[in-house]
Amino acid sequence: MTTNTSAAHSEVKLKSQPDSMDTFLRGIWQDNPVFVMLLGMCPVLAVTNSVVNALAMGIASLFVLFCSNTLVALLRNFIPKQVRIASYIVIIATFVTVVDYVIQAISLDLYNALGAFIQLIVVNCIILGRAEAFASKNKVGAAMLDALGMGIGFTLALLCLGGVREILGNGTFLGISLFGENFQAWSVMILPPGGFFVLGAWLLLFNWLKERKDMKALSPDLQLAETKN
Amino acid sequence: MTVSANNNSESSGQQKKSETPPPVQNLPSNTVMIRALGGIATIAGVIIVFVFQFTQPYIAENKRRAIEKAIYQVVPGAVNRTSYLLNEQALMLETEFNESESSGSSTVSQVSTETIYAAFDASGKLVGIAMEAAAQGYQDVIRILYGYSPECECITGISILKSTETPGLGDKIGTDLKFLANFIALDAKLNQEKTALLNPIETVKHGRKTADWQIDSISGATVSSNAIGKMLRESTKKMLPLLIKHLHKIIKS
Repeated sequence: MTTNTSAAHSEVKLKSQPDSMDTFLRGIWQDNPVFVMLLGMCPVLAVTNSVVNALAMGIASLFVLFCSNTLVALLRNFIPKQVRIASYIVIIATFVTVVDYVIQAISLDLYNALGAFIQLIVVNCIILGRAEAFASKNKVGAAMLDALGMGIGFTLALLCLGGVREILGNGTFLGISLFGENFQAWSVMILPPGGFFVLGAWLLLFNWLKERKDMKALSPDLQLAETKN
Repeated sequence: MTVSANNNSESSGQQKKSETPPPVQNLPSNTVMIRALGGIATIAGVIIVFVFQFTQPYIAENKRRAIEKAIYQVVPGAVNRTSYLLNEQALMLETEFNESESSGSSTVSQVSTETIYAAFDASGKLVGIAMEAAAQGYQDVIRILYGYSPECECITGISILKSTETPGLGDKIGTDLKFLANFIALDAKLNQEKTALLNPIETVKHGRKTADWQIDSISGATVSSNAIGKMLRESTKKMLPLLIKHLHKIIKS
C-alpha cells in the first residue's frame, strides 16, 4: 500500500515540475526501487551473498535499465499503446542478451557466479516499471537521468545487502578478510534466510526514517512541544 | 508495484471505453502495430548480432584459457596438451574427429563421446590425463576437471570448472586446502582384469578418512563434498577402463 501511494505521489510530482536533478536523485533516495518501492526482490535476495556479485548485478541492471529507457523514450511516439508491453520486453531482452555476452567476455568466473540471474534481468520489474511509468511519457534526456538514478539506487541497495551479508556471513569484504583467523562466520547470513533478515533490517531502518520525517512534516506543533520539553 | 498501479488505472480506463462500443477509427491499424513490432525486432536483431560478433573471440579465448589453466593445475608438471575424444569404440584426436565430422562419414557422434586432455611435460613425456566430471551439487550441477596419472594410478588434482555452490560454504570445495589435499594422490587403482576400480572412490565424514581412496569431506559443505566424491566415482568407473585400453596410442603419439 505504501508503495502504491509513494508511486502515485511521485507521478503527481512529475507532472507538476520535472526537474532534472530531482529526477536523478529520486531513484537513489526518495523512491529507491528496493527500499521504498520494493521492486526487483528476486535478484535482491538471490545474488547479494557477496559484494562482487551484488556489484556486478547492479551494474548489469543499470546498463539494461539505461539502454532500454533511452530506446523506449526515443520510440515512444512510434510504439502504439496496444503493443507497448511486447515492444518493451523485446527491447529489454535485447540488452540483457548484450550484457550476457559482455559479462562472458569479461570474466567467466563472474558469469558462473551470477548463474541464471543475468538472464532473469529480463523479468526484473524495475526495468519494465520504469519503461512503462517514466520512459514512455518523457523526453530522452529525462528518461536517461531517471534510469541512471534508479539504476544507481538499485546498485547501492544491492551493495547495502551484499556488504552486510558478506561481512557477517563470511568475515570478508570484496574477498578481503576483515577479522582474522578467529572469526566464526555467521553462515546463515549468506544462505537464503540471511537475505530476508538483512532486507528486513534495512526496510525497518528506511521505514523508521520515513515515519519520523512524516511525523515532523505533519505535526509541527508536536515538534514544537517536543523541543519545549 | 508501479507497473500494476499504472496498468490498473489504464485498464480501468479501457473498461470505461468498452462499455460504450469503442470507435474503430481510434484503434491503430494492424499495419502500424506490425510495423512497430517488426521494426523493434529488427533493431534488436542487429544489436545482438553485432555484439555477438564482437564478443565471440573474447568468450572463446576465455573458455580456452580457463580449460588450459585447469589442465595444468590438475596435472602437475604439464606444459603442453592435446585434446582427444574417447568413447566405447575408439580414441581419436579432436582434430581428426573434426575432419571426419566435416566430411560427413562419421558415425562416432552417435555414441556418447567424452573429451579428454593428454598433458605432456617439456620433454614430451605423458604426465597425466585430464577429464571432466559432473554431478548435482547443492544448488546446481558442479562440473570439475580432474587429472589422472597412469603412472601412480591415482588422481592428481581437481579444478572446479562450474559451480554455483553457496559462497562461504559449498564453494570451499574449490578453495579449502585441506579438502584439496585429498586429491594430491587419490587412489584409483584398477582391478586385475582392468575392467573396474579396485576400490570405488567414496566420501567419508570429516576426519574419518582411513584409506587412500576416501575423500575427507568439509564440515558445513557435506552435500558439495559428496557431489565431488560421486562424480569422481562415476567418472573413473566409466572412463578409466576405456582409457587404459587406448593408453598406448597416446603414449606412442
